[in-house]
Amino acid sequence: MSEAAIELVGINKSFGAVHANRDINLEIPRGTIHGIIGENGAGKSTLMSILYGFYQADTGDIHVNGKSTAINTPNDAIAAGIGMVHQHFMLVQNFTVLENVILGAEGEALLNKSIAKARAELIRLEKEYGLEVNPNAIIEELPVGLQQRVEILKALYRGADILILDEPTGVLTPAEADHLFRILGQLKAEGKTVVLITHKLREIMAITDNVSVMRQGQMVATRKTSETTVEELAELMVGRRVLLRVQKEEGKPSDFKLSVKNLTVKDQRGVTMVDNVSFDVRAGEIVGIAGVAGNGQSELLETIAGIRKAEAGTVLLDGRPIDVTGAADPGELRDRGLAHVPEDRHYVGLVLPFEEYENSILGYHDHAQYLKGPFLDIDAIRADARDKIEKYDIRPTNERLKTANFSGGNQQKIVLAREMEKDPGVLIVGQPTRGVDVGAIEFIHKRLIAMRDGGKAVLLVSVELDEIRSLSDRILVMFDGRIVGERDSEASEGELGLLMAGVEAQEAAE
Amino acid sequence: MSSPYAKLPAWADYGLIPLINLVVAFAVAGLVVLMVGENPFRAAAIMVEGAFGSGRNIAYTLYYSTSFIFTGLAVAVAFHGGLFNIGGEGQAYVGGLGVALVCLTFDSILPWWLTFPLAILGAAALGAGWAFIPAYLQARRGSHIVITTIMFNFIAASLMVYLLVGPLKPMGSMAPQTRTFLEGGQLPKLNWVMELFGFTVRSSPFNLSFVLALVCAFLVWLVIWRTRLGYEIRTQGHSPKAARYAGIGEARIVIITMMISGALAGMMALNPVMGDQARLQLDFVTGAGFVGIAVALMGRSHPAGIVPAAILFGMLYQGGAELAFEMPNISRDMIVIIQGLVILFAGALEHMFRPSIQALFASISPRSAGLAAAKREGA
Repeated sequence: MSEAAIELVGINKSFGAVHANRDINLEIPRGTIHGIIGENGAGKSTLMSILYGFYQADTGDIHVNGKSTAINTPNDAIAAGIGMVHQHFMLVQNFTVLENVILGAEGEALLNKSIAKARAELIRLEKEYGLEVNPNAIIEELPVGLQQRVEILKALYRGADILILDEPTGVLTPAEADHLFRILGQLKAEGKTVVLITHKLREIMAITDNVSVMRQGQMVATRKTSETTVEELAELMVGRRVLLRVQKEEGKPSDFKLSVKNLTVKDQRGVTMVDNVSFDVRAGEIVGIAGVAGNGQSELLETIAGIRKAEAGTVLLDGRPIDVTGAADPGELRDRGLAHVPEDRHYVGLVLPFEEYENSILGYHDHAQYLKGPFLDIDAIRADARDKIEKYDIRPTNERLKTANFSGGNQQKIVLAREMEKDPGVLIVGQPTRGVDVGAIEFIHKRLIAMRDGGKAVLLVSVELDEIRSLSDRILVMFDGRIVGERDSEASEGELGLLMAGVEAQEAAE
Repeated sequence: MSSPYAKLPAWADYGLIPLINLVVAFAVAGLVVLMVGENPFRAAAIMVEGAFGSGRNIAYTLYYSTSFIFTGLAVAVAFHGGLFNIGGEGQAYVGGLGVALVCLTFDSILPWWLTFPLAILGAAALGAGWAFIPAYLQARRGSHIVITTIMFNFIAASLMVYLLVGPLKPMGSMAPQTRTFLEGGQLPKLNWVMELFGFTVRSSPFNLSFVLALVCAFLVWLVIWRTRLGYEIRTQGHSPKAARYAGIGEARIVIITMMISGALAGMMALNPVMGDQARLQLDFVTGAGFVGIAVALMGRSHPAGIVPAAILFGMLYQGGAELAFEMPNISRDMIVIIQGLVILFAGALEHMFRPSIQALFASISPRSAGLAAAKREGA
């Protein structure tokens, strides 16, 4: 057993009455990949923020390489050899790779020397770890996977020995994720220490040496990865047994509910986001759209929901057209039985400063049951909200609480309750479990299956390939605005991954 | 990093923090008074005395407050829709035209209680109309409402100068104003209310429009928090994307919100024009439209906050006038400085003391520490 790269002793951190980290002890051996998993709100990010100097612990010590180290700012952390790759990249979009790497470490007033030095260093790092990236490329022109590589380079350039990665694979294709894991393996081989924060159990199993599980601010277990199982980790995270794979019967598709024909959508800049897309969704089936984020799925969903205007094409709902190229009105579509759970629940699906009951009618606020003349029927709305809270197990069970104060999973349940309880014929769902904890994921998946079994048509967009595979009866893969393939739910991850990366499409083009 | 502090209970949020801001504003103002060589405590005493010391003084304070309630509500309604209406000044000015046209037409044939509702309609219609143009430009053309409403203040001023030196001026008169309205175009004074409380008021401009202002405050609350329209306005204001998702037409909400806002600003004109001067004068708004912004900020855009905030600014106006009269070293401009400090601390620096107060609350009263903090730690 090698010496510990990081040792946390008795870390406590409270925000007001909330004990975010409680007596955390953690030892991360040098030269290993250490996973930290836990549900949303378990305290993972707080702990890493303490380690990286964003917060200070109320009590407790941090030892880096055996020495007690005070880390009060990110600069202290960098000086101690700790680097962090954030979930949301901290890159200047219109700078080159090189400029981003030296940002904050520019050295003298004139940049020529530091740029030359950085260039030499980048070439060395590239050789050593396989981190190939063109130093002169502009960040915004790079794909996400390469941008992430630049973040890693930034940390290494500053001499990081210990690298913390916060949910690194959320934005990557399976192939890009694999490449990232190879890089991490290389780093480990060179003696660096990697801390990987994630909620994807499969990644933990694939590449970590050890894994620590957090629940409700406490470190509940640390295991050798080789001696644990996905089931055990899930149970440790949630505190009870969890069904990871949804149980479902064979689907029984019947009538066509939603038909999309030759749909083309451009964004504000005039770039084609959805390119001549056609497909159908029948009653009693879930059609999943897989793809790496940013390949047109969001625009497709918004266009069908009447939020975004299409350039060309038709969409039929129950055989009758939706005016997607003209004045489609989301309110009218709701009345026609099209419910929409949007990808972005914070700014689209919910109004966070509203009280819960106010959000429980968003989009349905013009329905007679909630109105008395021009006035809102507050009593009826609140009673209705309380019903949904009970039925969907939304917590806390207080319809007067500000929506922002609910956790991600409960916020999502508020949206689902609102959209599903109106018994729509067609449900279109974007990223139903993004930022949602494991327990709530199980609940949401069951609800979606129940919708299908109730004879509804469900269109599901998700960047979580596991989710698509376990829920969908048919899987469409989107790449660069086009549907590049259709598979059934038995399709292997590798096969879908290749489609998502556009490999087949490129081959076909050649 | 969001600040890891607890949520405050409502009374602290709406009571304590504004109070602290106010105390600090007055403390800094006291220093300024000290710098010009006067005793700040005596200045404060004169100011309070000037605002509340007698029935007449209170009546004056409430007269000014009336205008500020209207303009404060106007700004607040726009805020709820996510719009910053800086054009209250111009909308009130043009609203005055509506009042004057109604009064000049009907004052000889109708009693005041029939002219009054017509004047309300006139003021509201012209104020709303004046706000409609920037609203339309924002909704359909994307012209920024802050810019257009500012420009419309200047256009309103030019328009009114033209009308008051031309068509509206009686023949042979040298003053840029309309003729004086007859009995039927004047609102009854409310001095008797003061007298109910044992004060004697010989004369003051305090008039019936104060009651209308309070009614409007209630109506604004009703519309914003209890109607479908208010729900749509607030949704649009908090999140235009969510409004789009909910099928709420953005253009429609922008236009309706601005017209309500403009109507409220326009009604402000009833107070000076019909309630006090009984004629339409040049520049009768005297900045009330801008004070409305401070009032709305300080009142947190809620009628229950706007009414007291308006009374505070009424006090600063009335007490400040007395102060300028009593202390020769303190000019009218000093009063503007004091008002500016209040606006600075209550509006712009509203959040300066919030973090420390939140930390204090979190440490003494753990139960008030909200889930907001709990949520943020999440993975």
